[in-house]
Amino acid sequence: MMTEGGQPRSRSFYVLGFFFLLFLAFLYGPMIVIFVLSFQGPNGGMSFPMVGTSTTWFQGLLQATGRVGDIPSAFQRSLGLALLAAALTAVICVSAGMGFRRRFPGAALLFYTAVASLVMPSLFVSFGIALGFKELGWRTGLFTSGLGAQLTWTLPFGLMITFATIGRFDRRYEEAATDLGANSWQRFRDIIFPIILPGIIGVALFGFTLSYDEFARSSLTVGNQNTLPLEIWALTTAATSPVLFALGTVTTVVSFTVLTLAMLTIGLIVRRRAGGRLSAERSAHG
Amino acid sequence: MSLAAPLLRSAPSTKAASRKPARPWPNWLVSWLQVGPLALVLLFMFVMPLIFVVVVSFFDYERVQIYPAFLLDNYAEIFTSAVTGRLYLKTLEYAAIVEAITLVLGFFVAYYLTFHVRTLRWRIILMLACTIPFFTSNVIRMISWIPFLGRNGILNDAVMATHLVNQPLDFLLFSDFAVILAYVHIFTLMMVAPIVNSMSKIDRSLIAAARDAGANEWMIVRDIILPLSKTGMALGSVLVLTQVMGDYYIVRVLSGGKSAGVVSGIATQLNAFEYPPAAASSVVLLVIVLALVIGIFSIVDVRKELAE
Repeated sequence: MMTEGGQPRSRSFYVLGFFFLLFLAFLYGPMIVIFVLSFQGPNGGMSFPMVGTSTTWFQGLLQATGRVGDIPSAFQRSLGLALLAAALTAVICVSAGMGFRRRFPGAALLFYTAVASLVMPSLFVSFGIALGFKELGWRTGLFTSGLGAQLTWTLPFGLMITFATIGRFDRRYEEAATDLGANSWQRFRDIIFPIILPGIIGVALFGFTLSYDEFARSSLTVGNQNTLPLEIWALTTAATSPVLFALGTVTTVVSFTVLTLAMLTIGLIVRRRAGGRLSAERSAHG
Repeated sequence: MSLAAPLLRSAPSTKAASRKPARPWPNWLVSWLQVGPLALVLLFMFVMPLIFVVVVSFFDYERVQIYPAFLLDNYAEIFTSAVTGRLYLKTLEYAAIVEAITLVLGFFVAYYLTFHVRTLRWRIILMLACTIPFFTSNVIRMISWIPFLGRNGILNDAVMATHLVNQPLDFLLFSDFAVILAYVHIFTLMMVAPIVNSMSKIDRSLIAAARDAGANEWMIVRDIILPLSKTGMALGSVLVLTQVMGDYYIVRVLSGGKSAGVVSGIATQLNAFEYPPAAASSVVLLVIVLALVIGIFSIVDVRKELAE
């Protein structure tokens, strides 16, 4: 059963492998169905059979009026909010991750507060923030209460990934830099930051997608302008046409694009680093 | 014992530390400056709003206005109302069923990935395949079940084609079945990732030794892998349970409004601007959720798992 090569595969490998494939089909099957259905012909309905194929429903998304609501503006708002959330998540989490490397009074309390924020039913956070703003006489808004609500969700996730990244960091590099006279800012800028950069990109990626797809925490805190998931939610109760699926396809493609870009960037960094090491070795031997 | 201790352990630090130039500020202050932004966001957007909720749960209300007071009426209503009782039972029922399914499913998926997939390349590819849906919208993944399960949906067509039934099955969509299916679909990944993390830390030589001593695969799973991946299972369980107990939109759409949990009840009260009873209900559910989380965390040392 184990990883050593040469050993024959046990029967459990094939049984479990079969179940694993079923699991993947379960994960992706429904998504593939809505991708296909979003190309439904103009006279088609919300399920099979396909009545021809068309891009009618995608065009429907671009019309800013009618029952569908203003999808393009909601998309822009969500994108802006997600980019800001990603940047803030990366900066705040890396900074906090560096802080957590040392013991300090209150560290455990802060950590458990972050965990509590992660496991808290999202609607409560949303409700609490909305209530607080109302009682203080402030207006809820996309980039104030909305952003804050999303950060209570993206930051704890980002913090976990930061811990994993910084935990793997080999401190000897840092000590070498100290021995060579680097101050703490130089140590961070020239040694730690480049080494943990792939992890930071991962944190930003989480920040982006968790914000971009966030629903419950935004629901009461974004003010009178909806984000994309809130628009989609409104559609699920109102729409009876495949325009809902077209929207699902578009937003999933956006998620996939961001994910791919992040992966490619990480891959590029890792490969360049490996290449550098290789050429360094070659010149050392040559 | 500080959280950062496991991180510090990797450093043979005392010697190096003494060589560092003296800082103008004490270490604890530097740390607090670094974690400051995180602490501020959590304080203003999480701790204080929760305090607001707790305070308002004792308030009086009339139509859309709320009045400061110290009433226990909102709580009394929760514990005496049969409707609320049913909501709590429903939530716990969903949570228990989904927890059981995702735990078994998550364990075997993680086990297969970690111990049966031999090359690192394939392990990464398959792990990615399992995590990618996590980066897409839950709302979209939820609605993607509608064309699948409906009366004219794919599943019904497939079942009809086998001629086992003459009529389309009605229980598939807008039912508890659909709700649980969607929960499992969306939340299993939160179980898989922590278990994989735990399993990948298991020393392979333990397993080799067990096999040399004559253990079969089942014994290895039962006596080595299961106990050593408990932390991951606990962490995954916490994530899954809290997500299911906090949900109100999946249950609403996929049960077709026929079923509701505690948070659905709260959402309804919020829409009617009945803030104090909604707050009281939130506090009660919160106590249940926290008790569950603390109960699970007390079995295993999750902090150690996260920091390593």
